[in-house]
Amino acid sequence: MPAAAAPCPDAGAGARMTVGAGVEDLLRELAPRVIGALVRRYGHFDECEDAVQEALLEAAVQWPAQGVPGSPRGWLITVASRRLTDQWRSDAARRRREETVAARTPQEEFFAPGPEGERPPDQDDTLTLLFLCCHPELSPASQVALTLRAVGGLTTAQIARAFMVPEATMAQRISRAKQRIKASGVGFALPPEPERAGRLRVVLHVLYLIFNEGYTTTSGPDLHRAELTGEAIRLARALRRLLPDDGEVAGLLALMLLTDARRDARTGPDGSLIPLAEQDRGRWDRKAIAEGVALITETLARAPLGPYQVQAAIAAVHDEAARAEDTDWPQILALFELLERISDNPMVTLNRAVALAMVRGPRAGLDLLAALDADDRVASHHRLAAVRGHLLEMAGDADAARDCYTLAARRTTSLPEQRYLMGRAARLAR
Amino acid sequence: MKYMLMIYSNPETVQALGEDLDAVMAEVDGLMAELTESGEWLGGEALADPVNAKTVRIRDGVPVVTDGPFVEAKEHLAGYCLLECDSLERALEIAARWPDARFMGVELRPLMNGSADEV
Repeated sequence: MPAAAAPCPDAGAGARMTVGAGVEDLLRELAPRVIGALVRRYGHFDECEDAVQEALLEAAVQWPAQGVPGSPRGWLITVASRRLTDQWRSDAARRRREETVAARTPQEEFFAPGPEGERPPDQDDTLTLLFLCCHPELSPASQVALTLRAVGGLTTAQIARAFMVPEATMAQRISRAKQRIKASGVGFALPPEPERAGRLRVVLHVLYLIFNEGYTTTSGPDLHRAELTGEAIRLARALRRLLPDDGEVAGLLALMLLTDARRDARTGPDGSLIPLAEQDRGRWDRKAIAEGVALITETLARAPLGPYQVQAAIAAVHDEAARAEDTDWPQILALFELLERISDNPMVTLNRAVALAMVRGPRAGLDLLAALDADDRVASHHRLAAVRGHLLEMAGDADAARDCYTLAARRTTSLPEQRYLMGRAARLAR
Repeated sequence: MKYMLMIYSNPETVQALGEDLDAVMAEVDGLMAELTESGEWLGGEALADPVNAKTVRIRDGVPVVTDGPFVEAKEHLAGYCLLECDSLERALEIAARWPDARFMGVELRPLMNGSADEV
């Protein structure tokens, strides 16, 4: 039977956590570009990525004490290159000791390095690296982990803490993801033009998953997870700098800003959930809202429409209402109708039912929910029961509402939601 | 999604295994190694036999300790695994491969988490 997974201490993680925010930010900013430079020079994404992690740890120890070098990027490339060649030398020595045939890695296993001179030497490879980490061969969980490490510059220990898994498990996931990429033989280059749009959708989804993982965390021991929200916004900003014309990249960034703006108002001092209608809007982040609204307004005016833009527009309508009762529900309803047409997702219908209830009354919303009972994707989901409870409560049917809230509370796997739903049910007690 | 796979047993099934026990343990070791390699294994332990169990109840403010498990049943919880899987289907696939599913039964339950979508 099982023995507990052995802890795998990451000596450098402590150093990374305590260095000044300035150095930490600089290292995270440089990480993907240093990996890019190394992979272009040597191939072998997997080994380069490990070497860069070591160089980042070394920098985190040295720089705060000795000062940031004149060319931080050059310093990291030099140190990582040294780690890489040391590693290869010791591998070669071991191979000789073992008297194996000293066949070097076959050429096919190298990433085809880009032609020298064709690109400027300071090429920003962040986008190429993002596409690689979000390769469709990988599971979403692996895409997220690899993106946070290689593009985000986080340590395995930090990622493991954020996802609440043992560090050994996360290390294994990352190493497996890298092996998969190596086995797939994909080169270190942007995907070919015809695949670009589809691959970008995967990248956006990964950033959205990272954001959501942090945003949906409410309090307490999970605080590390909340930092994922900031990380997702940082990566989305970087992506927008690289692809300024893409409407969905801008839409996703706007959605993140407009959603994250409500974070502080979303939970009470005791960690309990506060629904949108009851939040103290004075605690919303006005600066983030202004930036998000400007971004989505400008984007909707010029780019082809996509689901992230519509979701950002919905968030903007909520954020622009000074009081809950000022919310422009007809506009939100119209936006959900639009979203439903461009994405096949019963959760959108669920949200449209709420908007419909606000515009035309709870019975109209409940009629729409009835159709979802036949949809296997959502029929036994706690959200369907929770929304039905909410609309029944609006309709004045307290008994039925209470039963729905109770059912939803039993179905959910989220502790804060369970607490909220049990509270709603208790308020309607006979 | 994170899951707990609960492994149920009873003294008769273990006795009935006899010498096959080694083969079953090897099967479990192989499965654990595979799940560790795939990054799905979060942890797990085997529990000592319920003859070692103590049950604690506080009555009138006084803790009362009795010998034996809280739920008196022929079957008992023999161990657990914590897993993280991409889908329920994948978790069920692992559950079906745990040898105890053949002898008695294993139970799969999602863990509660601290996240909440907008309500």
